[in-house]
Amino acid sequence: MSRLRLAGADGLQPMPGGLLDGLELALQARALSLHYAERRVLDQISLSVPRRRITALIGPSGCGKSSLLRCFNRLNDEIADCRMDGEVQVLGVDAYAADVSVPDLRRRVGMVFQKPNPFPQSVGENVAFGLRLAGLRSRLELDDRVETALRAAGLWDEVRDRLDDSALRLSAGQQQRLVIARALAVEPEVLLMDEPASMLDPISTLRLEELMVALRERYSVLLVTHNMQQAARVADYTAYMQDGRVLEFDTTDRIFTNPRLRGTEDYITGKL
Amino acid sequence: MDRLHLGQHISQQFNTELAALTKQVLAMGGLVEAQLALALEALAARDLRQVAHVVAREEEVNAAELEIDARCTQILARRQPAASDLRLVLAVVRMVANLERIGDEAERIARIAEKLGGAELAEHYGVKLAQMGSLVRDQLRGTLDTFARMDETRALEWLRRDREVDVLYKELTALLVALMQRESDRVPAALEFLWCARALERIGDRCKNICEQVIYLVRGQDVRHTGLSRSAAPLPREN
Repeated sequence: MSRLRLAGADGLQPMPGGLLDGLELALQARALSLHYAERRVLDQISLSVPRRRITALIGPSGCGKSSLLRCFNRLNDEIADCRMDGEVQVLGVDAYAADVSVPDLRRRVGMVFQKPNPFPQSVGENVAFGLRLAGLRSRLELDDRVETALRAAGLWDEVRDRLDDSALRLSAGQQQRLVIARALAVEPEVLLMDEPASMLDPISTLRLEELMVALRERYSVLLVTHNMQQAARVADYTAYMQDGRVLEFDTTDRIFTNPRLRGTEDYITGKL
Repeated sequence: MDRLHLGQHISQQFNTELAALTKQVLAMGGLVEAQLALALEALAARDLRQVAHVVAREEEVNAAELEIDARCTQILARRQPAASDLRLVLAVVRMVANLERIGDEAERIARIAEKLGGAELAEHYGVKLAQMGSLVRDQLRGTLDTFARMDETRALEWLRRDREVDVLYKELTALLVALMQRESDRVPAALEFLWCARALERIGDRCKNICEQVIYLVRGQDVRHTGLSRSAAPLPREN
């Protein structure tokens, strides 16, 4: 279609000017490239993720969505032969500066993975885990923070009488919300979600999406999803990635009704 | 037809569904075009046999509208279309509603022809009305063609050409009002002429609505209520 442009064909910027004007930024990547050994997985990415909004990353498998996500809480540090160039800022601070404490960064930038990964402990202990790690000892305060986190994750009413039961006995949807409660307990500012609903049934998925929308009040969410409808339902902004680059970034409304690039259009409409 | 690459989905089934949808819209457009042509013939020749044909086609047009609407509902429910696919479905729903109303107006013209019977006005009124009819027929054909070709530039041209119909309508209205003031025994026939002109003017407006939908479908820009038809400006630039 002649109207839609090819990426880079006419120097089109991924993000229209002024799109995020007036918004504080939670995350920022500038000229970010990432290599696993010789293989380049991210190529000069620039991306701004606004605070207290949900931003979705979409794109074909292997385009670098998860790798990009992992740059923001330095999970790629754990991978041997991984080399990063460029700049990553979390709440205005260089996340890779020498004086940054990685455990502290990961407390502020929580992560939820595709597969719910509760620890083989009780429901309550799962949520208290990070708090204990941070040195909190008071039983009363722990109970209070566990309840607050479980409420925020929309799970409290379902598990209030089962706090001592094994977390592994919860349903997959409940386990995923438990993992979110565990992340919320340490009061992060950003939540990175890597296909958090891909293992869930439709009802649990809707509950999780409701939760994400509710969390937007206080947290900034960066969501990787393969589910187009999910991005369309929950995200305020959507970035389309392909071959390690962010090709288009815009409001979700625009991306799903009238994207500017042929590649975005073809991907979201399922064309070859 | 495939400027939007509607036939390039990975799902062959979806390609087939969208192709069938656009084909059905064009078929419905063809029905309505024929209905208008017959109605204008009936009017010009006072050929009452044509009136029955126009009325009979109305049922086909209504059935087509229902069928296309049902197809769109299915696509929305089952495919959850996005971007150009979504715009196609939305545009089609709005377009067929306009096509159906054009059919209604054609039927109205045919019934007026029936009512008029042998009643005649001076020749220049008939000439003016026929001129308007011919213009509107061209407008409808051109409008449907812009959809078939997904041509937003031509859609904008046809959208603006509705002004020509409006000008003729105003001229004819002024003539008929003057006639009614002068010759009261001509009022019944003049009124029927006026209703006819009004029906044609409405068809022009409906064509304009369809052109707006073609622009929306291709460009993703909603140009309704933007005064685009009254200006000479090109389509607004996309950001």
